[in-house]
This record gives sequence, C-alpha cells and structure tokens, in this order.
Amino acid sequence: MAATAPLSLLVLLLLGPGVWGQTEPPRDSLREELVITPLPSGDVAATFQFRTRWDSELQREEGTDHSFLRYAVLPREVVCTENLTPWKKLLPCSSKAGLSVLLKADRLFHTSYHSQAVHIRPVCRDARCASISWELRQTLSVVFDAFVTGQGKQDWSLFRMFSRTLTEPCPLASESRVYVDVTNYSQDNETLEVYPPPLTTYQDVVLGTRKTYAVYDLLDTAVINNSRSLNLQLKWKRPPGNEAPPTPFLYAQRYVSGYGLHNGELSTLLYNTHPYRAFPVLLLDTVPWYLRLYVHTLTITSKGKENKPSYIHYQPAQDRMQPHLLEMLIQLPASSVTKVSIQFERALLKWTEYTPDPNHGFYVSPSVLSALVPSEVAAQPVDWEESPLFNTLFPASDSSSYFVRLYTEPLLVSLPTPDFSMPYNVICLTCTVVAVCYGSFYNLLTRTFQIEEPSKGGLARRLANLIRRARGVPPL
Amino acid sequence: MGLLSDPVRRRALARLVLRLNAPLWALPVAWLEWTMRSVGLEVYTQSFSRKLPFPDETHERYMVSGINVYGILRAPRAASTESLVLTVPCGPESPNSQAVGLMLALAAHFRGQIYWAKDIIFLVTEHDLLGSEAWLEAYHDVNVTGMQSSPLQGRAGAIQAAVALELSSDVVTSLDVAVEGLNGQLPNLDLLNLFQTFCQKGGLLCTLQGKLQPQDWTSADGPLQGVQTLLLMALQQASGHPHGAHGLFLRYRVEALTLRGVNSFRQYKYDLVAVGKALEGMFRKLNHLLERLHQSFFFYLLPALSRFVSIGLYMPAAGFLLLVLGLKALELWVQLHEAGVGPEEAGGTPGSSPPLPATQRVGLASLVAPLLISQAVGLALYVLPVLGQHVAAQHFPVAEAEAVVLTLLAVYAAGLALPHSTHWVLSTQAPDRSWMALKLVALIYLALQLACITLTNFSLGFLLAATMVPGAALTKPSGPRPLRAALLVLTSPAAALLGGLFLWQRLQEAPLSLAEGWRLFLAVLAQGVLAHHTYGALLFPLLALGLFPCWLLFWNVLFWKR
Repeated sequence: MAATAPLSLLVLLLLGPGVWGQTEPPRDSLREELVITPLPSGDVAATFQFRTRWDSELQREEGTDHSFLRYAVLPREVVCTENLTPWKKLLPCSSKAGLSVLLKADRLFHTSYHSQAVHIRPVCRDARCASISWELRQTLSVVFDAFVTGQGKQDWSLFRMFSRTLTEPCPLASESRVYVDVTNYSQDNETLEVYPPPLTTYQDVVLGTRKTYAVYDLLDTAVINNSRSLNLQLKWKRPPGNEAPPTPFLYAQRYVSGYGLHNGELSTLLYNTHPYRAFPVLLLDTVPWYLRLYVHTLTITSKGKENKPSYIHYQPAQDRMQPHLLEMLIQLPASSVTKVSIQFERALLKWTEYTPDPNHGFYVSPSVLSALVPSEVAAQPVDWEESPLFNTLFPASDSSSYFVRLYTEPLLVSLPTPDFSMPYNVICLTCTVVAVCYGSFYNLLTRTFQIEEPSKGGLARRLANLIRRARGVPPL
Repeated sequence: MGLLSDPVRRRALARLVLRLNAPLWALPVAWLEWTMRSVGLEVYTQSFSRKLPFPDETHERYMVSGINVYGILRAPRAASTESLVLTVPCGPESPNSQAVGLMLALAAHFRGQIYWAKDIIFLVTEHDLLGSEAWLEAYHDVNVTGMQSSPLQGRAGAIQAAVALELSSDVVTSLDVAVEGLNGQLPNLDLLNLFQTFCQKGGLLCTLQGKLQPQDWTSADGPLQGVQTLLLMALQQASGHPHGAHGLFLRYRVEALTLRGVNSFRQYKYDLVAVGKALEGMFRKLNHLLERLHQSFFFYLLPALSRFVSIGLYMPAAGFLLLVLGLKALELWVQLHEAGVGPEEAGGTPGSSPPLPATQRVGLASLVAPLLISQAVGLALYVLPVLGQHVAAQHFPVAEAEAVVLTLLAVYAAGLALPHSTHWVLSTQAPDRSWMALKLVALIYLALQLACITLTNFSLGFLLAATMVPGAALTKPSGPRPLRAALLVLTSPAAALLGGLFLWQRLQEAPLSLAEGWRLFLAVLAQGVLAHHTYGALLFPLLALGLFPCWLLFWNVLFWKR
C-alpha cells in the first residue's frame, strides 16, 4: 500500500490566492491540538498540530506570479532526533508545557511511521485583504505500532504512547485540545472505550467519512483538575482482528522495472477502487537529469486500453541544471488500475559527480498525486475559524468529493558506477601516464619528417584555379 | 493395437494413475496468508502458470501453475526503498516445510524489532525455481521467459540481497552453502564471508559442495580436498544451472546464496535455533549495509569456505590455453602467406614446403560453404528438437521428452556426416591451402568464443578450452586419421559433457556405471534444453549455435579430401 508516504522533511512554501484566509485572524495566537486515531489494525496514529500567527509588513500583490512557485524534494532525508530538536524550538512553549510535553524523542522514534512538517504561508488580516499575517503551522504525525510498542497488548494510553501525561496547557495558547477518534465507539457494536469519558464530542467529515471525536479541552479546568494530569486511555472492547485494513479509494505505487545498468522503466500504478465513479488525478513527476527519459515511450494504460491524458506538461531536463518535469491530468476509470510508464536510460556521471556512497544508488523523488476523491458523505458547510485545525489538512471543496495529495514512495536507482577502490585509481592513473608518455615518445621516434613539395592538387583545386584564372586572380 | 500395447504409453498411464492416487501436493496458500498476516506482515500472493516446451520427466511436470506467497515486513520510519529477501522454495519433491516454519518464526521475531532499516520480504515460492522466476520477473516487471503471472500488488524497492533456505528435517548436522547461480554467476564474496563468520560464531558445521572444510592445510590431505571442492565448484559453475533457488536472483543483480540444512549420520546435531541465529545475524548485518555489496570479489573459485582463488590467479591459466590456438593460427597464417607469395619471392626459403602456384589463391568462397553448413547444423540442433517433438512423437513410439533428446542426438550424429556432404559443394582447386584457411578460420572462431565464455563464466570456458584446444590444435587431414578422429570425437562438446558427468559423480563419491551414466546423460540433455527455455540458461544455445558448429569445422578439416 502507498500508505508508507515519504518521510522526507517537506517544506512547502506556497504563495498564491488559493491559500489566503477569509477572516481576520487573532495575532500572535497559538492553537495546538492532538488528534488520536485508533486504526483498524490495532495501531494508533497521533497527529500534533501547532499554529502561530504574527503580523507582517508585507503588502499583498494582485494575482499570482508563477515565477515564485518552487517545488523541491529531498527524497533521501530520514528523520531523526536532529530534525525534532530544532522543530520543537519553533514552538512558543518549546517542550515545557502544553501538548508539546509529549514530544519525547525516544518514544516518537519507536514508531512505525513518522512525518514532520513545517508550513509557512501568508494569510489575510482582514476581509479586504489589505495587510497580511504570517502563519506557521507545524505538524507531526506518528503511528504507534501495536506489534512493537504494545508488546502484544493493544490497549493504549497517553503514558504508554509517550511515557508522559498532560498536565497543563501552554500559557500562550488560545486553544489547546485533544481529539480522540471514537467513530466506532458511538455505534451500536462498541469496539472502543475512552477513559476519562469525554465532556463533549465533535462530528465532522474527514477524508470522505463521517467521524466522531471525543474532545478534551486543556483550557477547561474540569479536564485536568480532577487528577492534576490527563492520561487518556483507549481500551478495545473487541480486539481488532488480522483482517487487512480497508483500501482507500485512491492509492498508488511506484517502482523501477527492468534490470541491468543500461535501461529501465519508471512505472507508477494508480489504483481507483471506487466501484462506480471515475475521477481525474493530477500526476506530477520530477525525475533527475541523470535518468534520460524517452518521452515517446510514455504509455498510460488502464483496463488494458490506452488512456489519453487530457493535459500534459513536459519540461525536459538540462544536464546538471534542472530535472525533468512531467505533469499530467489523467482520468482514472472506476475500479481500475492505471499504469503510467516511461522508459529511461541511465547516464554516465562525471567522476566527481558521484556521491560518497555511489553504490547505494541514486534517489528519484516521489510522484505527487493530487486528486478530488469522491466521498460517500456529503460534507457540511464548515466555519473555518471555529473548526479544528486538522480540517485545513484535508480541505473539502466539494460536497461530493474531498481533496487528497498523495506522495508515492521514492525510488532507488543504481547508476553505472566506476570502481572507486584504490587499486582501480592506481591502475587508471598509471595507465594514463604510461599511455601519454609512450604515445608521444612512440610518435616522435617513428615519425619520418620530410619536406612536402606543393603538389599539383586534385580536381577541385584545378577547377578552382580555372575559375580564378577566369576572374583574373592569381591561382592557388 | 490397444492403447496399452505400447510400453511407453503403458508406463505413462501407470505414472498418471500413481500421481492421481497420491495426494497431490499443493502449497497451503490460505494458511500461509493467515499465518503471515497474524505475524504482522503485509501479505500478497501471486499466481503464475507456465507451459514447458516439453514434459519434464525428471520433475514430472508439463503444465505448471502455482501460487507464490510473500509477506513484507515494512521497516519502521523508512520509505521502502531497499529490501532484503528470505526465500523458501517449495515443491512436490521437497516440501521444505521445516524451512517454512523457521522462516515464519524468524518473521515473528523480526517483526518485534525496531532496528530494521530495510524492508524484509519473506517469500514462499511454489515449484522451486519456476516460482522464483515468476516472482522475480513480476517484481522487476519484465518477461524474459514467457511466464504467465499475475502482477505483484506489493513491492519494497530495490532488493539488496537474498538468502534461500532449504531444510529437510528439524535437526541438522551441517549447513551447506551454494553460491553458483544461473549461467555461472556468483554472488559477491562478502556475502559468503558473512555466512562463514556466523557459521564460526555459532559453532555451526558448514560445508561447501557437501565437502567438509579441510582443517590441516600443511599435510597433503587438505589441499587435495580443496582441489576436489574446487573441481566440484568448477563443474557446477560450468553447468550454468542454478545450484539452488538463489541462482535466479543474480541476474537482477541481487547478491544471493542458498543455505541447505543437511541431516546426515553425524552424532552432533543442531536444532533450528542455531540456524535461525545464523540467519538473524546475517540479516542484521545486511540491514546495516549502506551500499550494495561491491567491495569484494565477484569472480572467484572456492577450494574452501575460508579460502578463494581470485580472478588474477586463475585467468592466466585460461589465457595460456587460448594462446595455443592463437599461436597455431599464426603458424597457419604464415604458412598460407608463404604459399601465397609465389615461387620467385618464396625462393628465399627453399627448404620449406614446396611452393604452390600463385594462381591457386584461396578464395573466401571455398570457406563459405563449410561455415554455412556447419552453422546450419548448429541451428538445426538448436531448433529442431523442440520444434519437431510432436512430429517425432507421432511417428515413433516415444514420448515428447524422449523425442527431444533423441532428436538432439540424431542431429548431433548427423552433423558428423558433414564432411561427406560438403565435399560435393566444394571446388577442389587447392585442397591443401583451403583446409589451412578453413582451420585458420576455425581456430580464430574457437579462440574468440572461448575467450568470451571465459570472461563471463570462467569454469565453463576453462573446461571447454581444456578439452577442445588439444584436439583443435592437432587436427589436420594427414597422419593417422582414425587416431585423430578418435581424439576429436573424445573432445567434442557432447563427450566433454559426458566426461564432466562422470567426473562430477566420482567427486560426489557416487561413481556411475556406464549404463547409469548414459541415462543420466540423456536426462541432463533434456534438463539443459528445458533450463534454456524456462530460465534462459545459455549453455544449450552456446553449445548448439557456437561451439558445435566450430567443432564441426575441425571435423571437416580432418576429413578434408586431398
């Protein structure tokens, strides 16, 4: 499954009218929240979000200048504590108070999934959008593995997950909440129990499905004052089985096919598992220049037939300057697998261009899929400022579909690599020296020098002379 | 004529009834899926089917269809760019259930650890190598051999290394390691060293080619045993047949080896915990690899687990053998040149062979006929057996597989009649010089082929050179012809194959009688053709299209009409 999204530290810097907020936001306010979602497999996902805003002197310009749009990916980055520490320092309370006390590195890196992000964007300060505030949003998602961390038990608590409990909200925060997904809890067949029982619940549509959340507001004194700390506990009433998790409507897979170090093929499989609805997907591929794409081999097939994309934008690579950029709008038929494949040739790099570990292979960044995936539930009109922050991660623009951006897995491609060992270098060097010396000496020794008499010349010369004589110019 | 009057049909029917009565072996796919899922893996299946070009009598299969089951252990917080494979080949002959059990136990243990940086694929393949081939082709999304298989649902990036496990009992006395892969490809020596390290660490008894490791290299016994192991490895490598399920991974540049648990009559036995520990150690080490294995040797010969012969040491031996061909060709060239320059210039060396009239220049045209005809015989040898099996089975009382082997032998023998059929094509202007020219061409052809083979599969190249070079160098249409003919026949590719079989069995300490040897030879011929069509082994086309026509040229030279 494509659920193993890239774990790159992704910095999205977006400037455009699409992301401008609607109403006047409060200044220098911190909102923090934690969403805990039990997964059908028994694992638990936890998503932290922190948002701060401050005023800026920047004036809004009309329209979008596309020359300011940048997209860059570092497919190799593996997150570790070195990424977490500076990330935590951006928080107003650091990790001293509020939800951020749970951010303990030794627990966060015992998870099966870890994704950390920083989003910066300008937002309007008023309705006319004359002045601008900056918004900094930090998100951190982890999935706790029931197998590894739970040691067989599948019940969860904050203490088990983070080895900490919540004691107080961050004093700077205007809002500090914990949401627990209890969607199954509210149905007849109870599978899940949350302790302490929530004071309020919140219902919303996330990713096309209706969800119920138990809400714990840390600013509400009743939540913490009872025991001076909040240790949320999740108990499975009916332990989840070994069934495969439900498949999403859209997922993707990417791989390199072929073998050998000469040619290959990049293949992306796009799955639409919706039983009756087709939907379009925008596929964005950036491929490094050292994979020379053969664009004429681009084939898109779904259900055994050729699928013609309604829009293609291709920007060829320039060696050592810019990568290939391939953008396509593809219609995915209902319940189908669409295969997008393009062949490439592996280029030879200059010997200084190889990385220090050339035999590891070279990374190809993930494809990005943007799609409006049909949802089963009609979404309610949402008040953006009142709704929780996680809504902005999955904004619903249409009542019948929701927006999803998927990243496929990055690829590791081995290029033809010279043997960089010491004997190889010595052999190369000595061979070059010997060849140069021997070649020039041999040339000198065997060449016979003689003075060449100017010859009559060939037919061309005679013709030229004829013409020259006719023109009255001295012959060659 | 009743249906059962024909003995072959009767035998076939009896075998069929026997197969139908016996419980048909099949992989317990549903159980495996459930178990792997309960261990916490991502489980996928792949079905495949393959119609062999002709019935495989050794493994009793023709229309093969099966299901591979594999589970992927996703490394935490990693992006699935690299993976390791632990594969267990299962088949009707070797159910390998202990290995499956050990694999599942390892999977359960590995799942609880957090240090994995690479995904681990636990793969159970049905029908041994056919299943592996189907899975590998689907994983790399290529179709090399005409296998029909369903596409894979789950992948885990570039495979860095693979270990195949074969266990026949739940206690083992020793672990045998096999490295030789398809077409004589070898894994990086570091993988073998890794295995050897954990063998020593765990105190396991490890063997190579089924031979114990010599302890004492100072006395005569140790080196002698080393030579035996080395010869066994060379023969195995020369055969080009994968020596275990790992062999097919090497084509995709996945370093791989096979571990085989052996349960002999030795007193001290290990349980599977010891084997599992060694495997865990190997996987943890491979997990830590930053780059692919590349620092160590890819070309080597092994007299023992802890010793190897590097390419720099063994290559000169083959080089010197091929030098014989080169020098012989040079000699012929000089002779031809001397004969060609005419009497007045060649008068400077009156003692040499009587100069021939200058008008008798060797036309290239006289070489074309034997070259073409011998290549045509080679092509027939390559194409006819499989193509004409049904015709042969219709007209003669043989089964398809037998028909293939017999056609092979028939075409081979028919090729020996070539000299008598080529002569009427040839103009006999300058018999003396035209045989020299033909031999010159044949020598260069042979030298080139052997050099190319030696570069890719040293053992095959060297063994072929060692057998074919003397006969080729000595061939000429004068002198004691029957003696030379006998020498040439003894050094023909088929005779070399037969000799290799006898040597192999003797080194395995299971010598063959002549009749057994012949039967094994026929089986090996069929297997060789099958391996080419099912896995893409190159030995059969190499012999049929390259070396046999070349050898026929020498045969032609020998029977040159003077």
